[in-house]
This record gives sequence, structure tokens and C-alpha cells, in this order.
Amino acid sequence: MSNALLSVTDLHASVEEKTILKGLNLTVNEGEVHAIMGPNGAGKSTLGYVLSGREGYEVNSGSAKLGEADLLDLDPEERAREGLFLAFQYPVEIPGVSNLEFLKAAVDAQREARGEEPLSSKDFLKQAREACKQVNLPADFLKRGVNEGFSGGEKKRNEIMQMLLLQPKLCILDESDSGLDIDALQVVAEGVNSQRDGKRSFVVVTHYQRLLDFIKPDFVHVLADGQIVKSGDASLALELEAQGYAWLQEQRARDAELLGEEHV
Amino acid sequence: MTEQIDKALAREYEAGFVSEIESDTFPPGLDEDVIHRISAMKNEPPWMLEWRLKAFRLWQEMEEPEWAHVDYPYIDYQSISYYSAPKSMKDKPKSLDEVDPELLRTYEKLGIPLVEQQMLAGVAVDAVFDSVSVVTTFREKLEEAGVIFCPISEAVHKYPELVKKYLGSVVPQKDNFFAALNCAVFTDGSFVYIPKGVRCPMELSTYFRINEQNTGQFERTLIVADEGSHVSYLEGCTAPQRDENQLHAAVVELVALDDAEIKYSTVQNWYPGDEEGRGGIYNFVTKRGVCHTNAKISWTQVETGSAVTWKYPSCILKGDNSVGEFYSVALTRGKQQADTGTKMIHLGKNTKSTIISKGISAGRSNNSYRGLVRMNPGAEGARNFTQCDSLLIGDQCGAHTFPYVESRNPSAIVEHEATTSKVSDDQMFLCQQRGLDAEKAVSMIVNGFCKEVFKELPMEFAVEAGKLLEISLEGSVG
Repeated sequence: MSNALLSVTDLHASVEEKTILKGLNLTVNEGEVHAIMGPNGAGKSTLGYVLSGREGYEVNSGSAKLGEADLLDLDPEERAREGLFLAFQYPVEIPGVSNLEFLKAAVDAQREARGEEPLSSKDFLKQAREACKQVNLPADFLKRGVNEGFSGGEKKRNEIMQMLLLQPKLCILDESDSGLDIDALQVVAEGVNSQRDGKRSFVVVTHYQRLLDFIKPDFVHVLADGQIVKSGDASLALELEAQGYAWLQEQRARDAELLGEEHV
Repeated sequence: MTEQIDKALAREYEAGFVSEIESDTFPPGLDEDVIHRISAMKNEPPWMLEWRLKAFRLWQEMEEPEWAHVDYPYIDYQSISYYSAPKSMKDKPKSLDEVDPELLRTYEKLGIPLVEQQMLAGVAVDAVFDSVSVVTTFREKLEEAGVIFCPISEAVHKYPELVKKYLGSVVPQKDNFFAALNCAVFTDGSFVYIPKGVRCPMELSTYFRINEQNTGQFERTLIVADEGSHVSYLEGCTAPQRDENQLHAAVVELVALDDAEIKYSTVQNWYPGDEEGRGGIYNFVTKRGVCHTNAKISWTQVETGSAVTWKYPSCILKGDNSVGEFYSVALTRGKQQADTGTKMIHLGKNTKSTIISKGISAGRSNNSYRGLVRMNPGAEGARNFTQCDSLLIGDQCGAHTFPYVESRNPSAIVEHEATTSKVSDDQMFLCQQRGLDAEKAVSMIVNGFCKEVFKELPMEFAVEAGKLLEISLEGSVG
């Protein structure tokens, strides 16, 4: 039997007093890849922000645990140090702060939290160069300001590079495929696949099935109106691709009718 | 987030201790008699006394300027003491062994060991404590290269011709209210002379420390770089944490003769006062340099301290092809107020100036950039580029920009760019999501914002400045 890494139970959350998540349940076991799909405004990005503790995302009820840690009790940086990583949909620029300096500080902060010594600059540089190579970014990106003047694709690859260096337990990829051409998409997917080691887990939030051609999910969930309305294996994504979300909504309506319930 | 940032900014002022040192301090008050006594303490020649008295008479006719965007209570110049020196300095110690160990400990605590073996290799230090210079290190080594680096009180005796020629040549006695006051009562400071064609073999630096209560510090620095010479100079300053305000009115004059280059860096960390704006130094400083043909003067300043800062390090680009630069980081928090910037006066042909100013405001502080670029009729083909960036932390602070541009030569080009930004929630969240706490995140973002200026500082001091900023930002996050 596998071990649950992430357990989200009956999570309700709101942004600016608007309820977005309405009783979301999700369990991700160690080593699994879960894809979360769904129409615009379903709450896909909100899920990532709520789990990572972004300010302005209010949890109204429910629980979320990462291993033994109760995520909702922790500050954002503590959640990160517990091994939660969020790859942003729109990575922000930090002018003047070099990628290298930023990443070294992040890695050292996480090591310190685990009671480990900071890495020597030399060792870190070696790892960082390796990670750059893996995501197909020239090593001089390490010297440039965080995301400063990067193209959309470079920013996304930079996110994956950070993931490679931070070695999180759980990675949430928030539409990491948006705005990517097929080559960049492959780089992102390869980055993720290289980190699948049977222990590390992934929650891949995406609009399109395309990314899932490269990152094979163990489970696919459909998030609509703040809840997971359908779960299945990889074939669900293909079905959705073929039929659209409307199909699912109609199907839910039919199911509800059969069961004699109100339309959802 | 604002609350978080404010918390991170509420720092400890690490240099806020008081040294237990017995001092000879004049009673408060200022009149011609006090000036006679200061001059007598320094055993000055009559010409120096006359010069002071002339300045004092000018000062009495002058009004304190009110145009700066700062607000502070009326200063009673009669309630300040104009001279204070450790008793132990009376007999003029001949070597470090004779210096009061408590004085040496003070500098050691501030991270400025004065014992040459412990010092940063390649940096000579003049340590000024209240009104006197305590010690100047590496003097012999500098003398070998022909470089003069000594307290200005000593230069008055040993190099009267140089002092007479250049003192007041860049900042005249009647220049402004605070400069005139300084001319009348200045007590010590550094004098530097680099002979023709010499590249000063080490960094020179002066460390100013105010210790006594109710005492003003009025130091005077004069740097003369003779033809084709080169020098890099740094000053640092701190003061104890006290509830009363203290006045610091310095004058710095730089003379860069033909083909000479002076790089002048300041890390200013005077006590800024507490969260409520009690105490702190009033820092009213006049700094100006003159560049002869092909000469270059570069000012770099990192200003984190003082309750009120009024300071405009300037360049007079007199000679053709001369270059002036001003790189500044000014951080204000709590209730600090800074009105700082520069003046670039282009007189010669093809003169060039660059101004990069980074203002960071947090808490309930006010941070103003005030800069003048003047192209005189003779400034054929002159150029200026100004970039003025403000970063706001929180929503209770102010950032202001007052650029003045006067162009009287149609061939001159003046460019001005200005931006205002905030430490964004997105940036903070990215840093925190990667495991950095809010304080580290703010200091990293602010350091990044200042990078263009920090890279102008000498290496050792760039690290210092970064750390200083980090301490200054401690507790300013929320």
C-alpha cells in the first residue's frame, strides 16, 4: 500500500470574499503524478496558491497535509521547506538579483531548515550548471537577474531548473505548458520526468491534454466549480480533449437525473 | 505584507554604544571666543584663525536654508558644544601603543581595527573621534609613494602652502549656511595629497565617530589629486544611540587636476533615531569636487543613517573632457528624512556626467532626490545621463524627485529617466515559496535594486554596504 504524501480534505477557500474552492478532496501518494484539468475559472490555480500559502487566499474550512505537516498552519516559506514547490504560471522578475544568488539563498535556507550545512559555492555552482544544462538554458542565465528579460519559455524552464535544485517532495506545476512551443514543452516534461523517482510526487495543472503526452499521469482529475467532479486514469484526459468540458458537464447532469438529484 | 516589511525594517542600530572616555569638552555656545579657543587647541597659525573668523562673520549674516523637503525643529546653535576631544589625546600619542586602549576598542567594536596587522590589507585609515583624529595608519608606506594622508589639523602645520591654496577653493566660505559654519568651527578631518602621476598604492579611508553628548561634529576633508594621479577614498561614520539630536555639518572638497581621477565613496550610518523619530543625527553636508582637463571624479554614496540628511555631492566639470559621476543609494525608514542628490555643473567642452540614484523608502519615512544638471554656454558637446529610481516598501512612506535641468548650450544633451516601483507581492511570494523568509526576501530584492550602485564601491565595502542594508532592513517586513 502506498503512502499518502498530500491529503486535501473538504477544502473550502476564497479570494476577496469570493468562494473558489468548495469542498475539494485530493490524495496524492508518494511517487504519483496527478493531472488536474478543468475549464477556466474552475479554481485550478487557486488550489496551488492555497496549498503554498499565498497571501489573500483565505482558507474557510478543511485540511491539507503534506506528510505529517499541517500545511495550513505554516508560513509560505515553511511549507516550501517541508518540500512543497510551486512552479508559477507567470514567473515574476526580480531585477538585479542574480539567478545564482537567489537559488543559493533558497537552497541554503531549505538546507538550514533541515539542519544541514550550506553548500559550498563551488559545489552549488556545479549543481546549478548541471541543472541549467538539463533544462537547456545556457549557464550564463545563472548570472542574469531572476527572470529578468527572459522569454516566456525561458521563464518556465527556469522554474524547472529551480525545481531540480531544490529537490522538493511535491511539485505543483501551474500551467507550466501555457505559452510554450513544442520544444520547450518537451524540455519541461523531461525535467519533470527526470525527477520521477518513485518517491517524488507531482500535481500537474493544465488546460490541455498536450502536456500529458509527455508527462504520463497516473491519475487525471477534472476540477469544475471548486470541486473535483471526475477522476480517472490518463484516458480521461484524452476523452476530455476529444469531447471538451461541456461533455462532462452534460454527463454529470445526466447522472444526476438518473439518480433523481437536482441538476448540478 | 506591509506590516511584515515594517517588522523586518525595525532594526537594532549596532553602532549605538557609548564609549566611556574622559573628554575635554567646550561648554555649549558659539561666539568669536569659541573660535579663538578651537584655533588655540589646534595651535593654529594666525592665517587659519583669520580664515575661521571671516567665515564666522559671514555665517552670522546667513539664513538656514529651508528649501529642502525635510522638516525638523529649530536648531539652537548656542546649545551645541563645538569641541570635544578625549583627554588622552591631549599629549598627542606618538604611536598606537600610546593611544588609549578604550579608543582602540571603540573602533574594533565598529569593525575597524587600527592595529595594522589586523587591518584589511591595502586600506589606510584615519580614525576621527569627536573633534580629533586618533590615529592614521600606514602613513610610512604611503609616504614612500609620496602620498600625504594625515589629519587636516596636522596638514595646516606641515603643508600650509597646499592647505592655503586649496582650502575653500571648491566650497567657498560663504557657499551656504552649513558650509560657513563648518569653515568657522571645523575641528578635524583628513587631508590627502597625491603627487603628479602617482597611483595611490592603497585605498584611503576615514572613519568618523561621534561619541560625546550635545556635541556637533564638523569635519573637513580636502583631497588634492595632482596631474595624472589616481586615488580611491572611503568614509564611514557612526554615532551612539541617544534621544537628543546631534548636528553633523561636514565639508568635503576634492580637487582633480588635469588627467587625475578621484573616486570618493561614503557609507553613511549615523544613528537614524528610533521608530518614533526621537534622536538621530542631523546630517547637513556639503561635498563638491572640481575636475580640470580630462579629470574624473566619481561619488558613490550609501546612505542608511541620520534622522535628517541634506547632502548633494557635486562636480564642477571645469576642464574640457572631464567626467563626473554620482552613484547613490539612500535608504530611509522609521521617520527618517533624506533630501539628497547631486549637482553636475558642466563648464568645459565635451564634459560628461552620469547620475544613478536609487532611493528606498520604508516605514513612515520621506526620501527625496534633488539634482541639478547645468550646461553652461561653454559646455559644447556636453552630455548628461540621469537615472533616478525609487522603491517603495509599504504604503506610508514617500518618494520624491526634484530634477533641475538648465541648458544654455544647444549642443549639450541631457537625458533623464525616472521610475518608481514597489516591492511587489509577487516577488515576495516567489522568494518565500522557494524557502526564504520575508526579511531575507526584502533585503534580497532591495539589494538587487541597488546593484548598479554597489558595483561602483570598492570590493570590501560593497560587501559591507550589502550587509548594512540587510541590517537596516531587519524587521521591516510584515
